[in-house]
Amino acid sequence: MSAPTDLRYTRDHEWVRVDGDEATVGITQYAADQLGDIVFVELPEAGRDLEEAKSFGVVESVKAVSDLFAPISGEVTSTNDALASEPELVNRDPYGAGWMVRMTVADPAQLDDLLDGDGYDELVAAS
Amino acid sequence: MSDRGVAESAIHETPLASRHERLGARMIEFAGWLMPVQYSSILDEHRAVRERVGLFDLSHMGELIVEGATAGEALSGAVVSDPLALAVGRAQYSMLCAADGGVLDDLIVYRLAADRFMVVANAANAQVVSDALAERLAGTRAVLDDQSLATGLVAIQGPRSVDVLGPLTDVDLAGLRYYGIAEGKVAGIAAHVARTGYTGEDGFEVFVEIQRTGELWDALLERVQAADGLPVGLGARDTLRLEAGMPLYGNELDSTTTPYDAGLGRVVKLEKAGDFVGRAALERVAADGPKRRLVGLTIEGRGIARHGYPVAVEDRRTGVVTSGTQSPTLGVPIAMAYVAPADGEPGTMVDVEIRDGRVPARVVPLPFYRRSS
Repeated sequence: MSAPTDLRYTRDHEWVRVDGDEATVGITQYAADQLGDIVFVELPEAGRDLEEAKSFGVVESVKAVSDLFAPISGEVTSTNDALASEPELVNRDPYGAGWMVRMTVADPAQLDDLLDGDGYDELVAAS
Repeated sequence: MSDRGVAESAIHETPLASRHERLGARMIEFAGWLMPVQYSSILDEHRAVRERVGLFDLSHMGELIVEGATAGEALSGAVVSDPLALAVGRAQYSMLCAADGGVLDDLIVYRLAADRFMVVANAANAQVVSDALAERLAGTRAVLDDQSLATGLVAIQGPRSVDVLGPLTDVDLAGLRYYGIAEGKVAGIAAHVARTGYTGEDGFEVFVEIQRTGELWDALLERVQAADGLPVGLGARDTLRLEAGMPLYGNELDSTTTPYDAGLGRVVKLEKAGDFVGRAALERVAADGPKRRLVGLTIEGRGIARHGYPVAVEDRRTGVVTSGTQSPTLGVPIAMAYVAPADGEPGTMVDVEIRDGRVPARVVPLPFYRRSS
């Protein structure tokens, strides 16, 4: 299973899709599979400033609690409200309907620090 | 994201480890054993047990045989329950307490014969129980035989358990009541079959000699799968027992809790003849009342209460969450917690501190789930 090549990835298993001056953020298929059945997602309010590598939310499976880390800095413009009632979307469609937040890109240079699909696949293969 | 879990390091393996891996299980280290936490999905496995049937490898648990002409009397002096009150072929839930009344493990005691008992202990405490029983039985005519590593244990749990096990055994399952145990054959293998479990469903636990565990598992798994059931890992075992309001040692019970704190005072038979370890301390707790009370909580806001999260009433800290998860059956977050006795009445509203916020929760009676039939 390869990670989509049109996304960027953190070493903490978040993905970023950049579209113009906005970025969409979620967690990878690998992360969702490792967590197992996701039953709760806690996301920030729109308008909150996120700082690269700082925790911005929480995802909980039946057994475990995991922090979400911001892949880049920026302001949250919207969050995926569907996850409040259907957190299982993260397991079912992590790169699509299971997205978590949309945000501005405060510093485009931060995107260069992220992995591409091949780099992320290598990370997963090594773990 | 980052996992807040604990590092893994494997030690013991059950005879079924390679089968679990072939079934695609995710294996974790638990109490010194490499065990399956889930095969497919904790939610799917949980629902299989509630609605159909599930198969569990419990070979990590401890089995201790106490035998001899005075086995019952000797065991009665070692545990808080009354093994002498058991008829042959019956079992009781029990606890091993320290002299100060703290719980060292919770147990099931089976009377296999007039002078032969089997004590089943949690894997994490099997050595503690074995050592304590050896010490407490010293000087009596009872003999302790630790069969933990020589015994395989597989559980069949769920409403279709009788359908799965019936055709494979000569044990009269209709005549085997809850908390009964009988000797017979399962899939041609000499076994003890007990109608006990840790899920809140009907079901059986099958004890065999360790070398035959794989054969037993293969025969049972085929029938479980034909009955639309699943192999079930420790993940769903935990959510099933939590819904059923059953304590887990290390969460609800530890050496600082007494049986009375956990609402399990009925297990302590103060009226039984003779002394037993912890009696004096437990008599005091029974007379004075416990200092805290184990309650059920349903979370009424957004969030899942987990082990260790503080519980407050207004600005006063009243206790701590011992176990919590999203209940697969009820569809809401549930938890067990210790609170001050005055805050433990069903209907009381409390707050659980979840990360930076407070989430309202309601005290509810245990268990959260009780099967209908």
